[in-house]
Amino acid sequence: MNVLVCVKRVPLTGGKITLTDDERAIQTRHLGFTVSPHEECGAEEAIRLVDAHGGSSTVLTLGPPEAEEQLRDMMAIGIDRAIHLITDGSEWDPQATAAAIVGAVQAQDEPFDLILFGTESADAGNYQVAIRVATALGLPVVNGIKSIEVVPDGLRCEQEVAAGRDVYLLPTPAVITVKEGINLPRYPSVPGRMRAKRKPVDASQPGPTPARLEMVRLVLPAGSSKQAEILGRGAEAALPVVAMLREIGVLA
Amino acid sequence: MSATESQALPTRQRVVIIGAGIVGNSIAYHLSQLGETEITLIDKGPLPNPGGSTGHASNFIFPVDHSKEMTSLTLESMRQYHDLGVYIECGGIEVARTEERMQELARRVVSARTWGIEPVSLLTPAQIKEMVPFINEELLLGGFSTPAAGVVDSLRAATIMRERAMQAGLTVSANTEVLGLEVQHGAVRGVRTSRGDIAADRVVIACGCWSPRIAAMAGARIPLTPAVHQMIDIGPVPRFADTKGLVEYPIVRDVDLNMYERQDGTSLEIGSYAHRPMMLDPDEIPSLEESALSPTELPFTQADFEDQMESALELMPEIVGDESVGVKYAINGLLSVTHDGLPLIGETPEVHGLWSAAAIWIKEGPGAGKTVAELMVNGEAEIVVFESNIARAYPHQKTRAHVRARAAEGFNKMYGIVHPAEQWESDRRVKLSPYYERQQELGAVFYEAAGWERPQWYESNARLLDEFGDRVTRRESEWEARWWSPIINAEHLAMRERAAFTDLTAFAIFDVTGPGALDVVQRVAMRQMDVPVGRVVYTPVLLPAGGFKADLTIMRLADDVFRIVTGGAWGMSDLKWFADRLPADGSAQIHDQTNAWTTLGLWGPRARDILSSVTSDDVSHEGFSFARCKQIEVGPLTTIASRISYVGDLGWELYVPIEQGARLWDIITEAGLPYDAVAMGAGVYGTTGRLEKGYRAYGAELEGEYDVVEAGMAWGKVKDQDFVGKAAHVAQREAQPAASACTLTVEDHTSKSGVKRYMLGGEPILTRDGEAIVDAKGRRSFVTSAGAGPSVGKHLLMAYLPPEHARVGEELLVQYMGEQYPVTVASADSSSVFDPDNSRVRS
Repeated sequence: MNVLVCVKRVPLTGGKITLTDDERAIQTRHLGFTVSPHEECGAEEAIRLVDAHGGSSTVLTLGPPEAEEQLRDMMAIGIDRAIHLITDGSEWDPQATAAAIVGAVQAQDEPFDLILFGTESADAGNYQVAIRVATALGLPVVNGIKSIEVVPDGLRCEQEVAAGRDVYLLPTPAVITVKEGINLPRYPSVPGRMRAKRKPVDASQPGPTPARLEMVRLVLPAGSSKQAEILGRGAEAALPVVAMLREIGVLA
Repeated sequence: MSATESQALPTRQRVVIIGAGIVGNSIAYHLSQLGETEITLIDKGPLPNPGGSTGHASNFIFPVDHSKEMTSLTLESMRQYHDLGVYIECGGIEVARTEERMQELARRVVSARTWGIEPVSLLTPAQIKEMVPFINEELLLGGFSTPAAGVVDSLRAATIMRERAMQAGLTVSANTEVLGLEVQHGAVRGVRTSRGDIAADRVVIACGCWSPRIAAMAGARIPLTPAVHQMIDIGPVPRFADTKGLVEYPIVRDVDLNMYERQDGTSLEIGSYAHRPMMLDPDEIPSLEESALSPTELPFTQADFEDQMESALELMPEIVGDESVGVKYAINGLLSVTHDGLPLIGETPEVHGLWSAAAIWIKEGPGAGKTVAELMVNGEAEIVVFESNIARAYPHQKTRAHVRARAAEGFNKMYGIVHPAEQWESDRRVKLSPYYERQQELGAVFYEAAGWERPQWYESNARLLDEFGDRVTRRESEWEARWWSPIINAEHLAMRERAAFTDLTAFAIFDVTGPGALDVVQRVAMRQMDVPVGRVVYTPVLLPAGGFKADLTIMRLADDVFRIVTGGAWGMSDLKWFADRLPADGSAQIHDQTNAWTTLGLWGPRARDILSSVTSDDVSHEGFSFARCKQIEVGPLTTIASRISYVGDLGWELYVPIEQGARLWDIITEAGLPYDAVAMGAGVYGTTGRLEKGYRAYGAELEGEYDVVEAGMAWGKVKDQDFVGKAAHVAQREAQPAASACTLTVEDHTSKSGVKRYMLGGEPILTRDGEAIVDAKGRRSFVTSAGAGPSVGKHLLMAYLPPEHARVGEELLVQYMGEQYPVTVASADSSSVFDPDNSRVRS
């Protein structure tokens, strides 16, 4: 089973986000970078599927040269190889992103049986790329999946809905967007980190593709000041803490 | 107990401490222990972890250091951590991958013995394996074990100290940002914060890597740079699953690779000082809100850690190579680094009442906190900090460029094998004496002295090696031959036989002037300063408890002008000491003349012949006797000549305005030709010349823990006038000294392998049975200075010895690099092994 997982390099922000002077990007001077938790789960799922059923796993990103860091991160936890669609760092809209990914997928010698995405990117959150890719490739797509199982005639997927779970059976090849919680992604090991350095990255610059959305500027939501409530001190704090844990659903 | 945020800030306090890390909390605690009240501790971040370096530090402590001062601060900190119940004594091993490191480890054994940190031992690879079963001992040649090493919970320690201080009335205000510092007439008056203003005459900056920014609000400088230290945490390690305590295995320092590995719960922590230096400006540190983790836990840069991962894997393959063990946490942690690697402790020289307690790491935090508190309350502390005194820095050493250059150079030496005489390479040639070009022509080998380029010896004097032949000993061992040359000894002999001149530009010089000048110097100096104009007085300067603050010379140039000349290394600290004691009424002033005057020293039996050939002034013994100074003309130059000597020969220090220095050099060079006088470096002036004469040096023999009587310098009677430390000094004169400064000669240099070895200083002096010597005050005997005595044909050591050993002819041992060598006490007082009658200086 050949599995592709698509990820996007995004800043790892703290509680407060600051913008660049032109208000078109997040100030990242002292920020690290990561991928969305959904995508991290996607990579973990790809590794597990390949471990269980054979084949190979590939990670793809469309992003600046620095996004190689995220590709290596994914390969450090066990993805076999990477495809890097290098951009100049500007934000690509979902349509252009999808077109570039479709181009890359079609250029592969061996087709993918499964293309995984996170439900949405951690920054733009357009929820579009996976669906656009599936549509362009003529593949079935399901979203927000929290369980994938290989069954004789395809994949059995579960999607969390308000009343319980919807179950889908879909043939491969297919596109699936997964949601955080589908699995618990592993930490990279040191040997994994070192292997990742030597794994192949197929880098190319995607040609011009249509883009219709232009980001004009970012606006920070009105500040919601953090409120810390002291529940108590010493032993007397125990009961209020328990009550609070119940209230937020940590304790039943 | 005071709450943290709900409570209104007081409007007036006796002390405000900024920064609630290990240092700030420790200061708060010790101030309250000392009876201080009305103290407020504020921090920009939340408690108990406000987001500074204390919150992410690796928290381990290795007590053995080559520096006495740092070792003292660390040992005191360990004692406090123990008392607070947050010290886990797991032991630590520094492992060696090279032969050179094995020698360094032997040196560390010596330092441990010198400072009384015992037991320590050298380990074989097999012994290391027994203690750390997951280590690849095949990479190692051996190790140095310190069982007392351990891990602390610094946040917990900070919390306990804060809570104890709160019980004594401390006010604490978290989430409180400092907006400004009020300064009036050069003194701090208060702190403006986001929660209101507090008036206070004493403000302590304990803000770690933010300290420079806070100090700048008052126009003061705390010269440090935040620098990245990379650290990762991997786990869970199957082998550690059953560890009962938090830390069971010794900490491993892979010093040759600038790394450490330590077990922490079920994890292994791997840290590195091996990566490229990465420095920030304090203003660049992200705010608490902007940070993903905390302001001092910056995003990990994997590329800088690749080699370190491989190294760790190689050293601990079982754990680091385990595929199930994940990298759970990885940071570029910020810590504070200074131009010389030492903390910045004390009142800032720029602003009265504004104190610095910065560039202090976990291992010295509580000890430094106690020291700062004592300094604030008593004016002196049990642990005398002179190396760490913030006042030590010269202006250029406070610049961003210099701090960054030196911090970068020092960073990768964190675990390095640093020779005691090793010179900095970066940011040199900042201060050039007027003789510099002449010295270059003579093949000078320049060392750095207080920022000046100063010749240590001259390669052009290599010709003297033939002349003096066997009288100049060579050093067979590379370690002792490093940063040294036999030419030094040849220059020494040339001075003793004819004459030599030396560059003393690095002296710090300041004038105390005005109608109140005499009172100022009288109050600071131990010796009588009400002397006739033209006298030169060499005097100790004492701390209140009678220990040494400085030793220096004071020339009375006029009724109301005293010129103070002191060594460059401590010049700025001494300047502050005097400046702090100026009268409030303005009747005396102090002027820093360091950069206005240059000094050339001329000594040797032919010095008078040389000087008299270029001056028409009377320089005869009768016309210009010892310990006098006067203006004389040297060619077209009007110089101040001062007839004193730190090398024990006839001669003068010649002072001229700095722009005339080159001419002075030329005149003396030419006048010296008929006598074959040579230029000599500081190797003679600072070591061989003085050691033969038993002259003590500040920072070596003379320091806060020893007094004038012990130093053998209590000659003459105590003056009637009051001076700092007088009461203590009088009492010390009446008591039997617990130790006396002695000069010892090494009787046999040959090591077991047949190589002659020469001690460099810092080694323990032992009884003939190999036992440590400890005096009645608990101080161990160790070599305070070491060097050749070319005129006496011996290697000379100085050391304080208790009365039972301080006897001429007493036979003892010195431990050096794992072996012991016989030594004999040659002088048990201030008398010298060379020219004991002082006939030369007074000829």
